[in-house]
Amino acid sequence: MPADLDALCQSLATEATPASVAHGLVVVEVPTAGVLDMVRTLKDAHGFDMLLDVTAVDWLPREPRFDVVWHFWSTTGHVRVRVRTRVPEGDPAVVSLTSLYGSAAFMERECHEMYGIRFAGNADLRPILLYEGFVGHPLRKDYPKDREQPLVPYLTP
Amino acid sequence: MTTSSATIPIARADGPSSAFEYITTKKDELVGWARKFSLFPYPFVTACCAMEFMAVSSTPYDTDRFGAALPRFSPRQADLLMVVGTVTHKQAPVLRKVYEQMCEPKWVMAFGVCATSGGFYQNYAAVQGIDRIIPVDVYIPGCPPRPEMVIDGIMQLQQKIATSRHPIVTERF
Amino acid sequence: MKLPPLASLPNPVKSAFAPSAEGGPVIVNIGPSHPATHGTVQIIAELDGERVLRTDVHCGYLHRGFEKECEAHTWHNLIPYVDRLNYVSALINDFAYCDGVERLLGIEITPRCRYLRTLLSEYSRIVDHLTCIAAGLMELGAMTAFLYLVMIRDYMYEHLADLTGARVTYTYGRIGGLARDLPDGWLARLAEILDQYEVFVGRVHGLVDRNRIFIDRMRNVGVLSTADAIHYAYTGPILRSTGAPRDLRRDTPYLAYAELDFDVPVGIKGDNYDRYYVRMREMDESVHMIRQLMDMLPAGPINVADHRCTFPDKALVYTEIESLINHFKLVMDGPAVPAGDVYVAHESPNGELGFYLVSAGGGVPWKVHCRAPSFVHMGGVHRMLDGYQLADVVPTFGSVNMIGGECDR
Ligand code: SF4
Repeated sequence: MPADLDALCQSLATEATPASVAHGLVVVEVPTAGVLDMVRTLKDAHGFDMLLDVTAVDWLPREPRFDVVWHFWSTTGHVRVRVRTRVPEGDPAVVSLTSLYGSAAFMERECHEMYGIRFAGNADLRPILLYEGFVGHPLRKDYPKDREQPLVPYLTP
Repeated sequence: MTTSSATIPIARADGPSSAFEYITTKKDELVGWARKFSLFPYPFVTACCAMEFMAVSSTPYDTDRFGAALPRFSPRQADLLMVVGTVTHKQAPVLRKVYEQMCEPKWVMAFGVCATSGGFYQNYAAVQGIDRIIPVDVYIPGCPPRPEMVIDGIMQLQQKIATSRHPIVTERF
Repeated sequence: MKLPPLASLPNPVKSAFAPSAEGGPVIVNIGPSHPATHGTVQIIAELDGERVLRTDVHCGYLHRGFEKECEAHTWHNLIPYVDRLNYVSALINDFAYCDGVERLLGIEITPRCRYLRTLLSEYSRIVDHLTCIAAGLMELGAMTAFLYLVMIRDYMYEHLADLTGARVTYTYGRIGGLARDLPDGWLARLAEILDQYEVFVGRVHGLVDRNRIFIDRMRNVGVLSTADAIHYAYTGPILRSTGAPRDLRRDTPYLAYAELDFDVPVGIKGDNYDRYYVRMREMDESVHMIRQLMDMLPAGPINVADHRCTFPDKALVYTEIESLINHFKLVMDGPAVPAGDVYVAHESPNGELGFYLVSAGGGVPWKVHCRAPSFVHMGGVHRMLDGYQLADVVPTFGSVNMIGGECDR
């Protein structure tokens, strides 16, 4: 299998999209504008038919602040690939993959409420793990862990 | 009121007599005894503690011995609200609504440390103990509590029911 | 006690569709505290008569801030939180997480630990499937089958408590090994329980497999095609029930699975009955694997000799200054995990359980993300509910086996 990974890595790597193999999967760094093209290539030419996971990483003092990370799995080739792009705090927007994968809808909703990443093209970004009226994005590093936003006022003891 | 040797006055102008208190105490004991063996739990089951709740209510531990086995999934028919597992802020309005829909008399059991105090989820998402939203009668610690602990909790609740007042008609009787 | 009155109780969710005009479809709300929703999930369904037209599924009622909580604990201290993701098979979560950290550290676990983790993973898988099937059957009214399955599950809980000290939430995995070795006689009791398992599960097969009511409720209900399953990223028994033999234990062997002999059971058409039967067959395969592993288990240490993550022997902590400092540093600062990120996936009873770990170097993780199969499955569950009867929501939802802790994290 490592031979497969290396070959895949070779075919994905370009000037703009450096790729490497790390811990058993191929990692591709993509500029934000090129995400959809890269994912189409992965899906159509390399058989990555399953979108496993969408998440983000907040590297607070760094600029651009966020990494958005997708993991794909090929159910026939049995390999995974990670696509990563950087987005700035001022305009944390990436393209939505709902047009290609049904599973993107829920995971993008989660990433949206947890990190405030906007997924352009996902029409339904209602809160999913949090609730209507929650202010802020709890997984951002500057959201204090214990800031509660109760829906029902607490009883006074 | 005239007093003959055959009648015992149960009320005086300045309040109930000791005979009245004797009768209401006996009545409270009787009602408490009846109520403690007919608990109908409403399982408000949310999280990991549910696994132990399943174990407690089935054959190996069998809460039917305490008259508390038949879960009622309508709050109107239940008198014991068992809050099993973590209650989050998103869940809190639901819990409060279920509590308000239950008829008197009602008791609340906090099952597991999450329901008791928020447990080890000291963060933005979890309610730090359901007693911040609704009153609680018995707390069962443990993460999750062992079935024996739950049974002990039920017995303590029965004790509490047996020894408390049970006004039926008015506050006075 | 009278509570202070509230003007109105806030509604935590907003429905995707509103009731239409007079005479139109009816909207019914199911959950989040409802006997038939297995866990806390809310399904808002639009009905035409008894038929479900479309559904809006809301989860998140058990969102407990797992990922935020992890960022405030050291790599070791957060293991109890990992346990409470899929609390029905906590050991698999432990081992998947530890595997991820071990890959970041570049550690190879000892052979005994590898086999023991495999054995315990399979044992947990049985517990998980037992719970899922028992709850699903109870919701259909098969109380006897429920009691049989919970009975055998309770033997397993007590047996696991002998090993780990807890019945449900074990916290047994350690980075680089396990908390402790098997107690005496544990394997002998395991063999007994597996024999018992066969008796009880045989009875359940006899009670429900060819039961007319059961078949009518389950066959051709909640059908999912393989293409849909892959589109919505279904993995695990649900994907296999559609006929696709996809199993991470076979496709990317980890732990000791490469050395075991096992089948990957698949269904025919991906309906409720197939999901039930695939789970039943998988338990049999797990028993088969455990029996092989009991013979293969090598002797030797269970923890790697690596001071970056393994706690020194307690006797040495009390007698030797180096060990004392080592212990202190591991507890206070946590194991020093080199910077980097890793994605590991184990085949959990519900599907692909992935951990995406990001380390910025040091004892506290920068990010611990869990790719929870239940959550991803909720994104496509409407494909199994829409178009069937309202009453079919119950068995279909039961067969998906949504676990709140893992779904909402
Ligand atoms: S007390 Fe422990 S077992 Fe129970 S819900 Fe909370 S975390 Fe889960």
